Parts: sequence; C-alpha cells; structure tokens
Amino acid sequence: MTTAVSVKNLTVSYDDFKALDDVGVDVTAGESFGLVGESGSGKSTLLRAVAGLAPVTEGTIRVENWQLRGARRDKAFYRSVQMVFQDPYGSLHPRQTVDRQLLEPLAIHGVGDGERRILKALDEVGLGSGFRFRYPHQLSGGQRQRIAIARALILEPSILLLDEPTSALDASVQAEVLNLLEQVRRDRKLTFIMVSHDLGVVTHMCDRLAVMQNGRVVERLSSADLVAGRIGEDYTRNLMVASKGFRRG
Amino acid sequence: MSALLTVEDLRVRFPTRTGVVEAVRGVSFTLGRERLGIVGESGSGKSQTGRAIMGLTPSHAEVTAKTLSFGGIDLISAPPKVRRDLRGKRIAMILQDPKYSLNPVMSIGRQIVETLRRHENVSRSEARGRALDMLAAVQIRDPARVFDLYPHEVSGGMGQRAMIAMMLVAGPELLIADEPTSALDVTVQLEVLSILDKLVADRGMGLIFVSHDLRLVSSFCDRVLVMYAGKIVEEIAASDLASAKHPYTQGLLNCMPVIGADRHPLPVLDRKPEWAL
Ligand SMILES: Nc1ncnc2c1ncn2[C@@H]1O[C@H](COP(=O)(O)OP(=O)(O)OP(=O)(O)O)[C@@H](O)[C@H]1O
Ligand SMILES: Nc1ncnc2c1ncn2[C@@H]1O[C@H](COP(=O)(O)OP(=O)(O)OP(=O)(O)O)[C@@H](O)[C@H]1O
Ligand SMILES: [Mg+2]
Ligand SMILES: [Mg+2]
Repeated sequence: MTTAVSVKNLTVSYDDFKALDDVGVDVTAGESFGLVGESGSGKSTLLRAVAGLAPVTEGTIRVENWQLRGARRDKAFYRSVQMVFQDPYGSLHPRQTVDRQLLEPLAIHGVGDGERRILKALDEVGLGSGFRFRYPHQLSGGQRQRIAIARALILEPSILLLDEPTSALDASVQAEVLNLLEQVRRDRKLTFIMVSHDLGVVTHMCDRLAVMQNGRVVERLSSADLVAGRIGEDYTRNLMVASKGFRRG
Repeated sequence: MSALLTVEDLRVRFPTRTGVVEAVRGVSFTLGRERLGIVGESGSGKSQTGRAIMGLTPSHAEVTAKTLSFGGIDLISAPPKVRRDLRGKRIAMILQDPKYSLNPVMSIGRQIVETLRRHENVSRSEARGRALDMLAAVQIRDPARVFDLYPHEVSGGMGQRAMIAMMLVAGPELLIADEPTSALDVTVQLEVLSILDKLVADRGMGLIFVSHDLRLVSSFCDRVLVMYAGKIVEEIAASDLASAKHPYTQGLLNCMPVIGADRHPLPVLDRKPEWAL
C-alpha cells in the first residue's frame, strides 16, 4: 500500500499562536480519511498546509512523490491535488461567471473539450446549464458550494482535500453530492481527506478518522470503532453524544 | 400568541439577462415568541425570505407582499430610515456566509463593540467587556486573542460565532438565523443553541432558524416550515417531523447518512415536477 499524503510533526504558527502543534497524519492512496473536532482546532489549517496555503514552521509534508518544503507547489501539484474550501464565497472569484471559473483550471492546465466538461460538471452537482452564466452573488449558499465542488472535480485530480463540502446543502442534495464523490473515488481511485462536523457524513464517507482539539490530534480511530463506541478519549465520546441532537433543560 | 411578525404572500423576483428568477413565490406565515425552523432544498428561497424581512434584498430585485409587518410596523411601506433603525437593534440576522458578511478590514472585537455602541449608550470599556463576555458565551476559546483578529484570521466556525455574538449583543426582538451553526462542531453547536433557547424562553425573542440539519431542527424548534422551489410545501410541529406528509420532506429524512447505517449509495430524491407548481 502506498502512502498518498504523509504529514509528520507539523506545526503551523501565527505569531505566538500555534494553529497546529506537532500533528501527524498518514493517508493511504485510494483511502478516504476524515478529520473531525472542535471548531478552531486546526482542521482547515491542516488541509491548507498540505495545499501550500499555511505558514509551516516545523515538520514535513509528503504528497505522492512530492517532498514539500515551505509553500512552493508546482503546476503539476495542483493538477493532482485539488481543494474544496470551507467558505465557497471566499474561494470563488466574485466578478467571474460560473462558466469562467470552471473554464479557468482547464485553460491553465491545457485541458481541451471545455464545453462538454463544463456542462457535465454542472450536471453532476445538480445544477442545470441555467446557472452557467451566473455570478457567485446570484447563487444560494448551497449552489455556490456545488460550484466549488464542480471546479475541484473538473481537472480529475488524484487527491481531493474537502473542507466541509456539504455543510451548506440540504439532505437531498447532500446525498447526491456524497454519492457523486464516492463514485468518482471508486472510478478514479481517488484519495480524499475530508473535514466534517457531521459524524453521520464522516462515518459514511471515511474508513479512518482523526479527532482534533486545540491544534492537536487527540485520537485516531476507524469509523467502525467510532460507530461501535470503541472510543479512547472523552472528547470523542462527547462528540458522539452531542451528535444526537438538542436537549432542553 | 400575539404575532411578532406577519408575512403574507411574500414574493421576491430577480430580473436577469436570461429571464426573471422567482426566488420566493408567495410565502405566508406568522411568528410569535417561538422557535420557527425553516428547512428546504438548496436554492428554495430560505435566505431570500430572511433577507426580505430584514430589508436586505438587492436593490434591483422586486419584493412584494400582501402583508409584511413587524410589531405593528408595515415593513413594505416603511421609509428606509425606519428599516435601518430596526435592523440590528430590533431585528437581527445571522447571515449564511458570516466571514464574508463581516467587515474585512475591522477586527472582530471592534465590530461587536461598534454594533453595541450604535444601539446603546455605553462607554468604550464597558462595550469591550461585554463583547469579550459575548465571545466567551459562544465558546470562543481565547476571547482576548480573537477580539483582535480580522475575519480572514478566524476559522469558519469562529466567524459564525463572531457574527452570532455581534447580532445578540444588541438584544433583538426578532432574530433570523440563517444556518447559524453549520460550521460548528456538535458540542459547540449545542452550547450556542442553548443561548438562543434562553433568549426565546426568558426574553421572549422570536427566532427564525434556517437550517438543513433535520436532527437539530426537530429537537430544537417548535414548528417547522418546509420550502421547495420558492414556496412553503408543508408546515409541521417539529416533534412530528418524522411523520411528515410531503414527499419532499419524507425524502429528506430518508437521504440522511445515519451513524451506523451502511447505505451505499445513499437514497436520492425523485423530484416530481408537480412539487414546484
Ligand atoms: N491568518 C491567521 N492569523 C491568525 N490566526 C489564524 C490565522 N488563520 C488561522 N488562524 C487560527 O488558527 C486556528 C485554527 O483555525 P482553523 O481554520 O484551522 O480551524 P478549524 O478546525 O477549521 O475550525 P472550524 O471547524 O471552525 O472551521 C484558529 O484559532 C484561527 O484563529
Ligand atoms: N441576485 C440573484 N439573481 C438571480 N437569482 C438569484 C439571485 N440571488 C439568489 N437567486 C436565486 O434565488 C433562489 C433562492 O435563493 P436562496 O439564497 O434564498 O436559497 P436558499 O433556500 O437559501 O438555498 P441554500 O440552502 O442553498 O442556501 C436560488 O435559486 C438562487 O439561485
Ligand atoms: Mg475550518
Ligand atoms: Mg441560503
């Protein structure tokens, strides 16, 4: 089994604050790996560090055959590794139509057949061609999120970094997007690292997961263990209890 | 229960180059001092309904309603100044993309302080103290650090909580919360919900809670409106959500990935054209 992403002793600092503190994660090629945990614990920072978007102060990141230092990533890296950001608004260009935003990655990487790929990508995320010439502010929150997913998939990457990819979707559209993600993963042997606060989603999509709190990984376990309650840390147990819903009183 | 908000036949239309988009097509409901959930399909008009009540619809769009009144004020005919004064003070909205709704060039703390001082005559240092308390109440780990951060320097869920703190600091009578907890881990989510719950129970605030999280809505809200293609297709007591009648709502419940269930692929909806009539 080959390792697709290997993160060792990773520390990311903003001035005196450590957003990640000595974090390690190994993800096997073709695996779907989950990240859950406290809001602000560093889940997005970990994905951003892999993508070269966070100030790494210590540790190493290896992705497929790239041994990565600093924030430098070559063009081929971004052909292989795509990220869906947590805030679709922030990752889409406000003054470009959906069409332009889907065309751009194809143009950068010299991929032809744009027309067909764009229509297929929109269709896959449940948006008809009627959305093709809209601007981000003319879309609902969930529609923007689906454009971000379509843009990440259009280059057919081998590794997808997914930051809360369905948090803005209702259950019906979420089911369609999760099915799509599972299908492309199977068909193209993709590797996923997926952040979600929804334990139902994470255990559905991922074989193994890491639980984060305060810049650290506090527990690593399989989805099967989580489901069966074979849990080592109180924090993880609290998450399981809280995911049952609200209790008054 | 006396109505705090009355909405009758609300419509929101966007003229675009390729024709008119009817985002909201005749929505009617009343809200008392209660927790009203709104769930519905992505793009069904939930956010635009909330924005129309707030008076935040883009200016090129057309908003009409037979009635849109809040605390006896007719919002449709109210002059812009009246609506501006209501906004933030008596009616507040937690927007769906908080990090991009906050002012990008002002620190989180200063934004909360300014909101408070706009609506209440308090000293700078008292305002600062209350802002820090509010950040602590929404479970921000290190309020003093986060106070000085800018929106791009906080996590998704921290931005969401900053916006909640900002909206609650002025003590609104009506709060429209558009996916307020979608970026929060489940334990923090429950803490934030219990704050909102107290405001409804103790202060009689009216709450419109837009969420796609059916488990939260059914356990937290009193009533639920289900939207599809710009209309309300079903209204149901939150505790009865599991026995919903409309096929869209039933389908929704069935599509959720459930911890411990092993369903690959997940069931998907067979959307019928007549649902959107
Ligand atoms: N540019 C920055 N400057 C200062 N602090 C930052 C910056 N970017 C991130 N941080 C801090 O790093 C920490 C981790 O943030 P991150 O976005 O990774 O959290 P997260 O686990 O994704 O949380 P959430 O579930 O709320 O999205 C936060 O405390 C945040 O304030
Ligand atoms: N400026 C605009 N021009 C044209 N159409 C728009 C504009 N703004 C919103 N819409 C459309 O109005 C419809 C309703 O949008 P709204 O944001 O209310 O959906 P929503 O129910 O909140 O969805 P979500 O759950 O995805 O956030 C959507 O189909 C959207 O594409
Ligand atoms: Mg995050
Ligand atoms: Mg919305």
